[in-house]
Amino acid sequence: MREPESSKGVWARMRPRQGNLRVWQVGMLLVFFAIWHVLTVPGIVPPLYFDDANKAAFFFGEPLKVLSRVWDWFYSGAIYEHLWVTLWETFLAFVIGTVSGLVIGLWLALNPIASALCDPYIKALNSMPRVILAPIFSVWFGLDIASKVALGVTLVFFIVFFNVYQGVREVSPTVLANARILGASQRQLLRHVYVPSAMSWVFASLHNSVGLAFVGAVVGEYLGSSRGVGYLILQAEGTFDINTVFAGILVLTAFALILDFVVSVAEKRLMVWQPRQGETERI
Amino acid sequence: MASQDAPALALENITVTFAARDAKDTRYTAVKDATLVVAPGEFVSVVGPTGCGKSTLLNIAVGLLEPSAGSVKVFGKPLVGLNGSAGYLFQTEALMPWRTALDNVTAGLEFRGVLRGEAVQRAEDWLARVGLAGHGHRYPHQLSGGMRKRVALAQTLILDPQIILMDEPFSALDIQTRQLMENELLELWSANRKSVVFITHDLEEAISLSDRVVVLSAGPETRPIGEFAIDLPRPRDVAEIRLTPRFIELHTRIWHAMKDEVLKGYARTRIQ
Repeated sequence: MREPESSKGVWARMRPRQGNLRVWQVGMLLVFFAIWHVLTVPGIVPPLYFDDANKAAFFFGEPLKVLSRVWDWFYSGAIYEHLWVTLWETFLAFVIGTVSGLVIGLWLALNPIASALCDPYIKALNSMPRVILAPIFSVWFGLDIASKVALGVTLVFFIVFFNVYQGVREVSPTVLANARILGASQRQLLRHVYVPSAMSWVFASLHNSVGLAFVGAVVGEYLGSSRGVGYLILQAEGTFDINTVFAGILVLTAFALILDFVVSVAEKRLMVWQPRQGETERI
Repeated sequence: MASQDAPALALENITVTFAARDAKDTRYTAVKDATLVVAPGEFVSVVGPTGCGKSTLLNIAVGLLEPSAGSVKVFGKPLVGLNGSAGYLFQTEALMPWRTALDNVTAGLEFRGVLRGEAVQRAEDWLARVGLAGHGHRYPHQLSGGMRKRVALAQTLILDPQIILMDEPFSALDIQTRQLMENELLELWSANRKSVVFITHDLEEAISLSDRVVVLSAGPETRPIGEFAIDLPRPRDVAEIRLTPRFIELHTRIWHAMKDEVLKGYARTRIQ
């Protein structure tokens, strides 16, 4: 399709490219909120689907009210306690899951008999839908943070475990033989060959495991708690306060993005030895 | 160390038979009744057609593999476990990719409990000797193939092994880099003469580097079928020495002995 010269010039300058991606991304968000606003606030457009003008707002919330709820939360400080609890649960689940996955992964990978023995059970535990454990954890660990951490750990553990297992199995036999000939003892092999090799796999799964720790915390709170962002959402849902539910979702999404960003920074700093795409060839 | 008269490395009547993991009755005898003796300070090259079990012999010598029959002696003592007097230069990448060049070179010293400061100092010195001064902070993936080989060489030589085992170390390099590396190897070796077993399939490389060339038969059941003393004068330049009449004469003689085996090995790979 040919466009008029003048508009083509403007488009050529405006269209998405590497330099103005951020502007366009923010623009898309604003457009999304605008459409949401127009379709839900009663009286702007005639009800298209619902018979009552207020129903759209009831089911989908109103973006301005959602944002003002978020603002209230942060301005009054009411959210911090809940956010802190959720993040603390995420952190604990992540650390405990990663460390236990690392230790048990290393142990099983280096013990062929033990790993052969445990193999069917590990597969069974991994394929079990673990969210179903949440009620049991509530009974075992109470309604406080421990039950949420436990749920997060069951999610994180297997990701880290399988990656460590793979990482140890994929250690180059030449690198291993070379380290042995250079005089490494069994312990030194573990520390200087197996663990670094496994860590590269663990870091590759870090985005996944942090995300799942977060999921574990929120789902745990949602299923029964007295604090946390998941609890806020659960409460609001009980009173059909859809704006607060969306505000909670918005806050959770924002913090998931922040966590992901933190992981990316950590990854970049810790994995300097790995060639990045296009930089050099892989060995 | 044991007596000076004992050979640095003596592989006597070595036989290596591999049993297939899934079919115990399928056996493959890679090496049969092979004997290889290397004197202290001697540079021996082992040549043979592809797939003839050259690497198997080296793995036996360093203790990564146990022979099915025969004995391995290091300076007169039977070898138990890994060969502590030997350094090994692998054909493929053996550097730890998560360590910088410098940390790769210090690895052996670190494993032996040498203090960090001293280890770094010695490693810097070795990096300079292999022409990599100032590249210590780089990771293996940031180095070229030739540079990685130099790091591996420094990593092995820093431990001052009495025996250096090399498994086609330069076969992955281009011909110019390769000749540079060969000359550097000769220079390092003549400064401090150790026993070297150099495995290669390249006869010219073998002749230009060694005191003695051992020719292996085609596999399976590989064994040495000929030995040739190389009386070319040292110091040598690997590129120039290839043009001398004596080199060509030696090359013709050894190639004559090798030719049938190479053809045999080639025929076998074609049948499979």
